[in-house]
Amino acid sequence: MWVYAAKRVLYAIPIAIGVSVICFSLVYLAPGDPIQSLIPPDATAEDIETIRRLYGFDKPLVLQYLDWLARALTGDLGISLQSNRPVIDEVTRALGNTLAIAIAAILAAFVLATILGTLAAFNLGRPIDKIATSISTIGVSVPNYWMGIVLVILFAVQWRLLPATGMGGEGSEHFSWLQWDQARYAILPMVTMAMIPLGVVTRSTRSAVADTLSQDYVQLLRAKGLGEMQVVCHALRNALPQMLAVMGLQLGYLIGGSILIETVFNWPGTGLVMSRAILTRDIPLLQGTILVLALSFVAINLIVDLLQTVIDPRIKRA
Amino acid sequence: MHMITRYRRRLIPAALAALAMGSPPAALAQDLPGGVLTVAMTVSDVPDWAGMPDQGFEGHRFVGYSLYEGLVSWDLSTSDQEVDIIPGLAEAWSIDPENPSRWIFDLREGVSFHDGCAWNAEAAVWNYQRLIDESHPGFNQVDFARARSRTSTIAEVELIDDMTFALHTTDVESLFPYNLVYVLMVSPCAYEAAGNDRAAYAATPSGTGPYVFGSAVPGERLELLRNDAYWNPDRIPQHERLVLLPMPEATTRAAALLSGQVDFVEAPSPDMIPALEGAGMTVVLNEYPHYWPYRLNVLEGPFADVRVRQAANYAINRDEMVALLNGTATPAFGAHTTNQRNFGEPYRFSYDPERARALLEEAGCLPCEVTIGISPAGSGQMQPLPMNELMQAHLSAAGFDVTFEVIDWNTMIGVFIRGAVAHPEYDAINFSSASMEPLQFVKSFMKRFQTPGGSNWGGYHHAEAEELMAAALQSFDPAEQDDLIRQAHELVVADAAQIFVVSDLNPRAMAPHVQDFVQAQSWFQDMTPIRVE
Repeated sequence: MWVYAAKRVLYAIPIAIGVSVICFSLVYLAPGDPIQSLIPPDATAEDIETIRRLYGFDKPLVLQYLDWLARALTGDLGISLQSNRPVIDEVTRALGNTLAIAIAAILAAFVLATILGTLAAFNLGRPIDKIATSISTIGVSVPNYWMGIVLVILFAVQWRLLPATGMGGEGSEHFSWLQWDQARYAILPMVTMAMIPLGVVTRSTRSAVADTLSQDYVQLLRAKGLGEMQVVCHALRNALPQMLAVMGLQLGYLIGGSILIETVFNWPGTGLVMSRAILTRDIPLLQGTILVLALSFVAINLIVDLLQTVIDPRIKRA
Repeated sequence: MHMITRYRRRLIPAALAALAMGSPPAALAQDLPGGVLTVAMTVSDVPDWAGMPDQGFEGHRFVGYSLYEGLVSWDLSTSDQEVDIIPGLAEAWSIDPENPSRWIFDLREGVSFHDGCAWNAEAAVWNYQRLIDESHPGFNQVDFARARSRTSTIAEVELIDDMTFALHTTDVESLFPYNLVYVLMVSPCAYEAAGNDRAAYAATPSGTGPYVFGSAVPGERLELLRNDAYWNPDRIPQHERLVLLPMPEATTRAAALLSGQVDFVEAPSPDMIPALEGAGMTVVLNEYPHYWPYRLNVLEGPFADVRVRQAANYAINRDEMVALLNGTATPAFGAHTTNQRNFGEPYRFSYDPERARALLEEAGCLPCEVTIGISPAGSGQMQPLPMNELMQAHLSAAGFDVTFEVIDWNTMIGVFIRGAVAHPEYDAINFSSASMEPLQFVKSFMKRFQTPGGSNWGGYHHAEAEELMAAALQSFDPAEQDDLIRQAHELVVADAAQIFVVSDLNPRAMAPHVQDFVQAQSWFQDMTPIRVE
């Protein structure tokens, strides 16, 4: 097990280096100058060169990359051009804020999807299967930003039950899921965020459990007189690796791809930071955010891989 | 069409009484109203509070001018007059009669920074020196870059005595004081106590403004507190705290207002205004120095011909554009709005597609193929996509064949900064403008300010207007300056230097309990008179 884990960690290193090269160079492929958001529209050519030199953008690109990589390895991702704050602080704060709702959303979706998918698989073609499939289809196909706006109109504007935006009256530094006056800010974004994973994991659970139920050994279990709950447990255990893989991917998507939801709810997470970095062409912030998100994605996949081998040792042998 | 709501700032009787009696402003603190004013801004981050703010004019509006002040300030006290500069931390300024490049400033007595540091000539010299001299211990590239367009003509800073100092400019520049309204003074004591480290200073920022720093959560919120000891009793905030929240999405801002999370929102979407009014919110509009034009490449291509430029101005149905914007704009007939003192009496291009077509025929450009750079969003760009679609329909109906190149806002800024010479692929770009100061107008239309190094993107040149503007830059008589610029404005409008379309009316919405907001005709606003009932 430990050898397998060490191998997987080693495999992640070249991926991380590749990610660093791609994320550093990608942002330079976009048209425009990295300092153009810093210079006033009527800046003279001399001023433009001075500002380029002061920010270090006059050095060759390779030197800039090596310098950036050397600093990144020590946890220094540079300074945001716009806010003038350390990028690592900006990204870790935002990542923590996104994780606060993403993990809650993925757990809620996983629990609900497991119940719905299993019920559907045990009742294929029956009304309960149709209901579960409909919920799954709605989750996958309804645009989540639209869903977010609808929830805000209903719960915040019309009924005033929950707040519309933000992460608490005093900001994210005081946020806690354990205090209702703070936690209530997270409910609408969390529910909105859970919709797609709910749809995807329900489908995947239904299919995996139905597939397991069609295996001969399930007939054998029933023939040996096991109760339905025990059969469910067997079926779920066999379906779990596939469900975990889907869930891991979904968590990765939520961490990096929640720009629209975070914009609708003004939730100060990675999506908002990335959107801000793109719109203001804040290259250090963009590079740092992409790097941290990509490494998070690699880390999540690694954890999922290891969990899968714990649940199903055949994966390790394969 | 929505009613334009105008407010006049109420005088503060207690403050006036105290002034008359000679009491210090701090004595009024116990009588001042409480309340928290929470504002949703359109920016995506809290503007930088550690000196020169970022986030464009919104950064100056809410953070820069709340915490800090310049030698010169804006008079934002009324809603029915054009805003102009007034004395700020300098009580008066004058040009040296023997040296027209030496500006002498008499500084305001009795002013202290929030940390108690004295405002004097030494502090003024320290502030200006650090913005122009890389070897100054307080130098920082962030403030240098943000202030550069306002400080690039400062050649020397001179200490004269305790309350007097001078700025030397590289050339004779009569409109120079307009630059100084943007350059904000930080406390040298606080900066030095922070080890001249801008990041450390951000924890204890100190200016002379009507608010003092309270707390901040980066990227999320900034809380400012009333400065009870502010030197100008007329502008002591009428609320205890000002909370600023960045909220870039218009729908989110509207929802936050409707759900009671914020009291005041910037720039509600025109589509949302009826719903906000229906819910009892107050929506205010007012003219301010903004216009939404097509800046034309007159160096080459179809717009080098004045008949084509005039045709484009005749082709636009400005009233229809205003209707598209739900009444949140007004037709633009020049680079100044009609109520600005330098608007003058320029020729007004009416909607006349037949005349436009005739002019194109006369110019031998029918159909007239033009490529125009537009952006899907951006500061001051209003609702660029639907507006440009309507522009395309109007221009096409008059004989133009319009191709749009859609580029993101940052790319558009780069195109603007490099100018039409570097971007001959565009016959025009849609890039909105602020024309609040004569200097900005001059930089947009004088040949010597062709980009880079100015705002004249398309290389526009009109010999007579150039002479008038050059004379304005040399004149130290404000009335004469205005007269020269007014004449220049009339000439460039008649010459169809740009396609002038509409001016924004700057909508804002606030909850019914927000009282006494005075919407000045400016990009900047004074939040201090607001009471939260």
